Parts: sequence; C-alpha cells; structure tokens
Amino acid sequence: MFSLESLLETLKTGSGFWNPIVWVVAITIIFLLVYVLRGLGKKEYKKETGQTQAFLSGNPEYEKELMHVKSSNMYWGFTETMKSIYTVLKKMHNGNASDYVLWFLIIMAVVFVIVGLV
Amino acid sequence: MIYNIPFIAVVAMIFIGLYTVLFKRNVVKIVIGISIIESGVNLFLITLGYREGGVVPIFTGAPADVAANAPGSMVLPVPQALTLTSIVIGVAVLALMLSLIMHIYKKYGTLDVRKIRRLKE
Amino acid sequence: MNWFELITTHSPALIVATPLLAAFLTPLVSRINDTVRNIFVLIMLSITGLLVGILGYDVLTNGIRTYVFGGGSTVVTLPSGLVFHVRIIFEIDAMSIFMVFITIILAIICIVYSLSFMKKEDGLDKYYTVILLLIVSILGMELTGDLFNFFVFLEISCITSCALIAFWVHKGEALEAAFKYIVISSIAALFFLFALGLLYTQYNALNMAAIANAMQANSIQFGLLDRVAFVLIIVSLAMKAGLAPMHMWLTDAYGEAPASVTYIIIGATMASLYGVFRVCFTLYGGIFQTVVISSFSIGWIIVILALVTILIGVIMALIQTDFRRLIAFVAVAEIGYIFLTIGVGLTTLSDPNMIAVGQTAMQGGIFHIINDCLDIGLLFLAAGAVYYATKETSLNEMSGLARKMKYTTIFFLIGLLAVSGIPPMNGFASKLLIYESTYQLNPIISIIAILASIMLLAVFVKVFYSAFLGPKISKFENVKEVPKSMLIGMGVIAGIIIIFGLFPNIVIQYLVEPAANALMSNTQYISAIFGGV
Repeated sequence: MFSLESLLETLKTGSGFWNPIVWVVAITIIFLLVYVLRGLGKKEYKKETGQTQAFLSGNPEYEKELMHVKSSNMYWGFTETMKSIYTVLKKMHNGNASDYVLWFLIIMAVVFVIVGLV
Repeated sequence: MIYNIPFIAVVAMIFIGLYTVLFKRNVVKIVIGISIIESGVNLFLITLGYREGGVVPIFTGAPADVAANAPGSMVLPVPQALTLTSIVIGVAVLALMLSLIMHIYKKYGTLDVRKIRRLKE
Repeated sequence: MNWFELITTHSPALIVATPLLAAFLTPLVSRINDTVRNIFVLIMLSITGLLVGILGYDVLTNGIRTYVFGGGSTVVTLPSGLVFHVRIIFEIDAMSIFMVFITIILAIICIVYSLSFMKKEDGLDKYYTVILLLIVSILGMELTGDLFNFFVFLEISCITSCALIAFWVHKGEALEAAFKYIVISSIAALFFLFALGLLYTQYNALNMAAIANAMQANSIQFGLLDRVAFVLIIVSLAMKAGLAPMHMWLTDAYGEAPASVTYIIIGATMASLYGVFRVCFTLYGGIFQTVVISSFSIGWIIVILALVTILIGVIMALIQTDFRRLIAFVAVAEIGYIFLTIGVGLTTLSDPNMIAVGQTAMQGGIFHIINDCLDIGLLFLAAGAVYYATKETSLNEMSGLARKMKYTTIFFLIGLLAVSGIPPMNGFASKLLIYESTYQLNPIISIIAILASIMLLAVFVKVFYSAFLGPKISKFENVKEVPKSMLIGMGVIAGIIIIFGLFPNIVIQYLVEPAANALMSNTQYISAIFGGV
C-alpha cells in the first residue's frame, strides 16, 4: 500500500526537516563507536578490594534500603527556590468545589471583555 | 415592555443559581442552585419561541384560518422539543448528584463543601 | 447497489447503533457466563472498528459524506423556492473521521485491558454496559453535524463517565472526584444550551452548516448575539477539555478513577476539544476570515491561556506524590500544547502571508491529539498495572519494581520518552511542528514550550527512579508480572507509538493533512449540505 520511497521521506516543517530513519542509523553507528571505545579500557583491576567500592566523601555507606531517596525529597533544591510560586499555586488548588465554578466565571468575564471590546 | 419580563426572569434565575453555587456551603444547596440554573435555561428556550397572538403548534387541530396564513400564527415548536429533552436530562443528572451526596455523607460525615476536600493541591 | 456500498452508505448510523445495541444486550448476555459476555463485547467493538475502517477509507478518498436520519435528501425545498434543512444530519469530513479513529482505538484497548484489570471486582455487567454507553456518546459527539445532537451526546458522556469515576464506592476520594466532575459538567452543558438558544433565535437553524451559511450570507457582521454565543460555547467546551485555570476537576477525576476508565475518559476530553475546533474554524470560520481584528485578539487570549496551562501543569506535577495524579497534571500540560496551536491558527487565519504558519501549526496540533492520547494513555495503563500488582498508589512507598515487572518497565520507559518529546518517538515529530510554527509568531511562545518539555523529562525521571529503580523492599516480595491481556493492551499501544515515530510522514500525509485542510476553510462543509448554493 505504501511505496518504499514514501516510507523513507523526510518530514518538512516550514523552516526545518526531520528524518527519523537517518537519525536511527546515526545513533546506532555512534553507539557502536562508543562501545568499541569502552572496550579499549583497562581490564586489570582487583575485584572485592577497595577499588570497587563507592566513595561518599568519607561518610559511612548504609544498606541499600536506607539510601534510596524518597520521591517527595528528590527535587528539594528546586522547590525551595521556587517557594513563592508554589505557595500561590497551592492556595489556588484548594479542592473546594465552589472555587472551580468561580474560576470558570472569572475566565468567562475576561474573555467577554476582550471579545466585546475589540 | 411587558414582553421582556420573561427574559428578565431568566437572567435573574441564572444569577440566583450562580450565587447559590458559589457562596453557599451546604452541598445540597449547591445541587439546588444547579437545578435553578437549569430551570432558567429551560424558561429561556420556551420564551424564544413565543410569537404574538400565536396558538399551540399542533397542525391538525388548528383552526381553519391558521392554515391559510401559516407560519406567523403558531408558536415555534422546535424550542419546545429542545426543552423537553433538556428537562429529562436534568432529572437524570439531579438523581445522580443526590445519590452521590448520600454516599459522600456516609464516608465524610459532613455536608460542608469546604471540608469535603481530601483531594487538594 | 452491491452490499459494500450499502454498508458504506449506512455506516454512520451503524457506528453509533452497534455499541448501543451491545450496551442494552450486555446485562442479558452476562446472565449466561462471564467469558461469554467478554467475548460478546469484544466482537461488537470489532464490528464497529471494521465499520470505522470502511467509512474512513470512503471519506479519505471520496470527500465529505452526509447521512440524513429519516431518509431523503439533506434539504427540503418548498414550492416557493425556500430551502429548509429539517432533519438531523450526520456530516463526516476528514477531521471527524480522524477523531473517530482515535476513539475506536482507545475503546478496543480499554476493553482488552479491563478484561483482567477488573476481573476480581463485582458489578461487572453494569461496568461493561456503562462503558459501552460512554463509547456511543463519544462516537456520536464526533460524527454529528447538528449542534443540539452534540449537546445531547455531551450530556450522555457526562452522566456515564461520572458513574464510572465513582466505581470504587468504598473509597471516599473517588466519590468526591465524581461529585466535582458532575457539578462542573452540568454547569458547562447548561451554558452551552443557553448559547444554542441564542444561535437558534438568530438564525432559525440548529445545523452547523446551515448556521455557518446564514452567518456569512448577506453581510459579514459579528453582532452582539454572535459574540455572546461564541464566548459561552468556547469557554464551556474549553472547561470540559481542561484549559487552566479550570483544570482542577481533571486532575481529581483522572487520579481517582480505575485505570481503564481513565483511558476512555481521555477520549471524552478529546471529543470536547474536537468541539472547540469545530466551532472556531467551521462555524465561525467565514467571519474570522474577513473580520481581521477579532480573530487576532481571540487567538492571542487562547495562546496566553494555553501557555498558563502548560506552565501550571508542569510546575504542579513536580511536587505530587500520588502516581496517577502526577500523570493527570502532565495530561493537563499536553492539552495546553493543543490549545496553543488553536490560538496560533486563529491568529493567522485572516492574514494571507502568515497562512502557511497557521497551517503548519494546525497540522502539529492535530497530530499532537493522537500522540497525546497514545502516550498519556500508555502511562496511565502502566500506572494501573503497578496498582494492580502492588496495591500502592503513593510514590514514597515504592521502590525497585523493575526486577519483577520487566515488561511494565519497558512500556513505561517508551511512554516516558514519547511524552517528553525525545526522538525517535512520535512525540518528537508533533512537538517539532509546534515549536517551529509558533516560533514564527513570537519566539517567547516556543521558548516556554521547549522549557516545559525539558521539565516534563525531569518529572518523569523522578517517577521512574523512585518507582522502578532502586533496591528491592521486603514487602514487595510477592509481586508478579501483570496478566497477559493487560500486557497485550500496553504492547499494542507501544507498537503504534514506535511505528508513528519512525514513519511520521505517512500519518501526516494521509490522516492529518486532510483534517487540517478541512478545517481551514468551511466552504466544502457547507456545500455538502446545500449542494452548491
């Protein structure tokens, strides 16, 4: 049903193009190159000694279950800096059913003013 | 002027219904407010079809002179069909909302809409 | 005519009638056996899919098809020469059949998935009946050419999906989400009916083609009643589709419904979005193409609201801890992308040297509808699989699920890459079209869109790390892989995502471009009813 040529065509946007088959071929060649370069590394190291343990700046390493970061602590730096935005947004989403209808009426009033005036 | 009174009543009913939905705390009052808005919209649809001096839009039972000057003397029938459909839909929605309120009261123990908000942020 | 033409002629009515018949027969069939009922529902939906394929092939090769309920021609001509259209007419052009394709794929995968997701619940015959009624209402919304018919199907979808969201009655949060959903939906539908009354009193017609014809007949003016009706319809349908800041019911409803139900409610949201497309571009298209300043301002207000939607969706998704609620916020952000292209299309509609930008934006938006349904749907199905296996919903308690649930991890990874717009998945192709076309309207829009995509990747890295990677916990010792029908459902969607990603040009050439061209000018839509008048 589809000719081979139309399967391999590029997608032209107004100002650029995108061809996924060429991209997949390029990525496989790059992966093969990276794999070959990785295989050229040093193979002689002593297992089970201090050479294969993680370095945590001198801190002791706990067992794996305690070291797993919980998901609400993960982006702490980001949420701390954007605290002003987050307090506004959390107050907006307060879960009150009447406030949902209030937002609907506010947006309708704004769009009325803009469509009516222009 | 007197023919504008139904339209003023429609706007008043919609505003009263919206005030009830926005500012009342009891969940049952919010449902009553939605029912008032629906009555207002139905009244609007019926008032649209009124033509002055018109009779009921039943074609076979009309008097003889109505058929002669046909379209101007009957009230419009299409909005009446729309209103019937809308009333039936409104009854179904009202039944569903009230049964949900019954279950919510068993789970939350309160009918205050500012306390039924475990899903926030 | 031979039987093939007979089926094609009657297929619009059969597509709506077959699931309706199945919905009313399901309680009878389920008295026999459970397996017989499941097979019956699947067979009826496959017949509907076959009819959709036949109708789609016909519409995409031959043009617009109309179907008059009650027989006869589309118009009734009085002896004095006046032309009236008095019957309910289904009118199917390329945009309608595109949305019907999406809906039937969503419906079949939803039923296949819920065969084993819902196996242990009771009350299943009511579940299948109400899901079939919801599928009927979504298909009806997308096939019809009549505004009041659209309102009736909208109300049916609102009632049935409210009953499905509250399926787990023993949880309080599901009831609360269903109550908020039905309050919002009934207010939106009532304002839609009010606007419908306004349009009827002005133009004495309920058919979309007839109203569009009457609007551009004598002299193009955008009077007060037209403006009021336009604002009421657009804001009501945009609230049903999830534009911010009216999106909060969407995150509650998607987060608390069972996963297969969420999958079909995505279809209902897309049908309301289709309504916005139809009203903006076909009903009012003739006015916007000549009155320059009004479409410019309306387009810009929709663009600003869409940008707010994208930003709110992504920023709030970063701090969620509930798995499905997080994906619901991402769904809100993706709807913002589609509204962005509606706004860009409206802004450039009346400017002749920016028409190409508008067309590329519309193609990107319409392609993004199907990509969004598939990607977000796959993420919801994977989240449902995790809930089925572990009975946990909070991300803080999960860790190390990739050891036992290998296939679910792979499908979640494919969905994650597709939503963030990473090549070679289909999300990248549609987002590239959106970035490139909105850049030419104003560069800031494109910058905010790209930033939001990067933050989406950040959100999903957090989810993938905390749910699937990491050490194994003792309470997840007995977790097994999910049953086969859920895996088949997810696998089909992942396969479609990869195929659409590797060959986007075929999809755009055969499905998306006819839809975008059908929306940009409404003369063909009108002349299919009025026959060249």
